[in-house]
Amino acid sequence: MITLKEALTKSQDELNRLKTQMENKAKEGGLNAYIGFESSGEGVPILIKDNIQVKGWSLTCGSKILQGYIAPYEATAITHLKSHGMAPFGRANMDEFAMGSTTESSYYGKTLNPHNKEHVPGGSSGGSAAAVAGGIAIAALGSDTGGSIRQPAAYCGCVGMKPTYGRVSRYGLGAYSSSLDQIGPITQNVEDAAILYDAIAGHDPKDSTSADMETVSVAQNLNPDRKLTIAVIDNYISEADSQTQRVFAQTVEKLRNAGHTIIHKNRLNTQYDIATYYIIATAEATTNLARYDGIRYGNRASCNNVSELFYNTRSEGFGDEVKRRILLGNFVLSSGFYDAYYLKAQKVRHLIRDEFNAIFKEADLILSPVAPSSAPKIGSISDPLEMYKSDMYTLSINLAGLPALSLPVGKDSANGLPIGLQLIAKAFDEQTLFDGALSLERAVNYQK
Amino acid sequence: MFETVIGLEVHVQLNTKTKLFCSCPTSFAHRQNANTCPTCLALPGALPVVNRQAAIKAMRFGYAINARVNHHSIFDRKSYFYPDSPSAYQITQMHKAIVQGGELFIDLEDGSTKRIGMHQAHLEADAGKNTHDGDISKVDLNRAGTPLLEIVSAPDMRSSDEAVAYLKKLHSIVRYLDISNANMQEGSFRCDVNVSIRPKGQEAFGTRVEIKNINSFKFVAAAIAYEVERQTEAYEDGVYESEVVQETRLFDVNKGVTKSMRGKEEAADYRYFPDPDLRELIVSDEMIEEAKQMPELPDAKVERYIQELGVKRYDALVICSTKELAYFFEEMLTSNASPKNCVTWLTTELLGRLNKASLSIEQSPLSGAKLGELVSKIENNEINGKGAKDILDRLMEEDSSIDALIESMGLRQVNDDGAILAIIDDIIAQNQDKAQEYREGKEKLFGFFVGQVMKISGGSANPAKVNELLKKKLG
Ligand SMILES: [Zn+2]
Repeated sequence: MITLKEALTKSQDELNRLKTQMENKAKEGGLNAYIGFESSGEGVPILIKDNIQVKGWSLTCGSKILQGYIAPYEATAITHLKSHGMAPFGRANMDEFAMGSTTESSYYGKTLNPHNKEHVPGGSSGGSAAAVAGGIAIAALGSDTGGSIRQPAAYCGCVGMKPTYGRVSRYGLGAYSSSLDQIGPITQNVEDAAILYDAIAGHDPKDSTSADMETVSVAQNLNPDRKLTIAVIDNYISEADSQTQRVFAQTVEKLRNAGHTIIHKNRLNTQYDIATYYIIATAEATTNLARYDGIRYGNRASCNNVSELFYNTRSEGFGDEVKRRILLGNFVLSSGFYDAYYLKAQKVRHLIRDEFNAIFKEADLILSPVAPSSAPKIGSISDPLEMYKSDMYTLSINLAGLPALSLPVGKDSANGLPIGLQLIAKAFDEQTLFDGALSLERAVNYQK
Repeated sequence: MFETVIGLEVHVQLNTKTKLFCSCPTSFAHRQNANTCPTCLALPGALPVVNRQAAIKAMRFGYAINARVNHHSIFDRKSYFYPDSPSAYQITQMHKAIVQGGELFIDLEDGSTKRIGMHQAHLEADAGKNTHDGDISKVDLNRAGTPLLEIVSAPDMRSSDEAVAYLKKLHSIVRYLDISNANMQEGSFRCDVNVSIRPKGQEAFGTRVEIKNINSFKFVAAAIAYEVERQTEAYEDGVYESEVVQETRLFDVNKGVTKSMRGKEEAADYRYFPDPDLRELIVSDEMIEEAKQMPELPDAKVERYIQELGVKRYDALVICSTKELAYFFEEMLTSNASPKNCVTWLTTELLGRLNKASLSIEQSPLSGAKLGELVSKIENNEINGKGAKDILDRLMEEDSSIDALIESMGLRQVNDDGAILAIIDDIIAQNQDKAQEYREGKEKLFGFFVGQVMKISGGSANPAKVNELLKKKLG
């Protein structure tokens, strides 16, 4: 597949032919990465996760409860895409309401890993990552609440980037957890990620949490020759499997050889990240998903009165994982538990942010695993807590609101699946993030 | 033996052009759901943005009641499922309201004033409306997201009179501040009453009962009276614990009783937490400056009328009770008529006529300036009082200039001694006998001669002059 950078030089006729090819190949390939082939406007086709509003398109967040809903308005990120020579093309599969790490919980069925169809592509932006890695999308938009862009990119062997919280407008992104969600690019390489990031970033008065700052083009200022100080968090690594640890060690060596300085740091145990994340994310999600009541849009269950309308619609419309998180969220917010859970989680969140700030006093970037292993087999994780643990390296970055980029650096020698690592930068320092990532990409020279 | 304790929660709909978190108009729409957008429909992905004007109006109220205006306040989500609540949570301010504390002075019947402490005033979004039509229920979200200021008093009122006086004062203040239309019938001024009783001398509060959504001052008084009686009886019968429970009751307007909503409402847990879609509401210096631009408030006005205009306290309170009346009065003064006469002509003559015609001061057929002009014409001896009343009667019916009416009705006052003397001479000549009787001591007949002169002059003779000249002639 041609890169986004190349595609931006193509004529609309060529792009149209490409769209037809992608659609045919997607239908033949059986990855179930696409759940629709809608097209809107002229420009380089970008695959869109099923939780970002495109005016006139169906939007379901991978859920039964939103069947029949057609978005009457456009997400700000889509408006930006269109003004940068790109156009939404196709709906990417996802875990229902972005709650999952495997893209197994979609109403449209599982998405498969393009490297080995017995393995998951990761999640929740599994459709986006599988399509880009599988050669059936030039680039895609995903959303990242606790790793949902970076982890599937790592599992599928492509580049996934989560911008600083506030960089990309959330207006039009079906909310999972408002204080953690960010839209970001999933691409074939670092430069494409920078181009797509540039297109969607910027202040939006429609999003009160959007950062009111100037954005300077990152792609036009990419500099892989900067010599950076990169922190490695030692107590993190021991929790990863041996394959990941091996690839991590090799990568550190390559960074050092490329002229970067490596320093060693420690952080809180990741168990605190997981607890904090699942309290905050579920509290917010409970209320964000309360609007899906069957009154105004989406799927309404049969009922005899209004309480049945709510009860039946939501019982039939949501899947198990979504219900689990709604229950959890209600529990942590309920009277008598609020201080012990939600308030305490907010305090820990501040601690996590402070920890990162302290590291960034000495380092330009942090290098960390994305997941403790390569992509697991489909159906191999049945215990939700096991699944929650697989996000342990990505959650804290959302809690701290930092930008991070995941890129493939090696392969699991046992199953041949890609292993990705992430670079993390301080808030709003996307330039350094991309500079370091480009340097790393060149140093690693990853081969599919 | 018992003391009544009352606290009031008033929902005031702010009269901003747009809703609290989106740019939909708040104006009346003829079609259901016409004033809606992705945000107030709670579509997936839509986000709230705080309406700056609503915040400024809330702040203005805060400054008006000597409250603390928080420069950082927080919006919270209050969760509950109801068809007219699109996001299934209301955005409100639970943990840190924009306005905290403050005070309001109420004027009581006996002429005294009482200080009522204020708890807080916070911004929140209104819900839509459900209507039921046979088997079909409909949801109209035109009102959803309209800004409300919920104003919570301290439990400082001790009688229904005080509660009503508080409501009237609050109503007057929000209208003076122009932050709300405060129309009770239309629901832009809605009131919940918290009532409890306690034996006199006891410090601890009794069990608080909330009566929701009462839509007139009269019903507030009736609901409190009923509730106090119910609670007192329960106490005296020894069933207070079981009969008076912390609950929400509704006032039945037809039967004049409050009814429990129990059974309908399970113990609600609203699961409040800060809305992550909104950052702290930070008040800027420009907002403070704008919020502090406010008109003269009723308390200050009353004092000024008394001190500077020499208006009696009772009259000042009446006139300042609504901004429409006060502004009407102040418009009258621009004619340079004396405040004293303006008070009389406004409160007795005009209000009397308006009452008879069931009109409010806003519906007055003539402006304050015109009534002031009429008063000043009496003071300038252009017309007399009787003539002015006739003119006012005409002005209630038609929009004419006062001068034209004076001419057409022949009311221009005759102040010329010669003209009046000519009439007097005629009348005395025709009533020689009565003039003789008067001179012999029948002083009552003086009125007869005044009446005759006024009659012949068509009411236009200057009465003071008539008196003076008659006395001389009859002498
Ligand atoms: Zn709206």
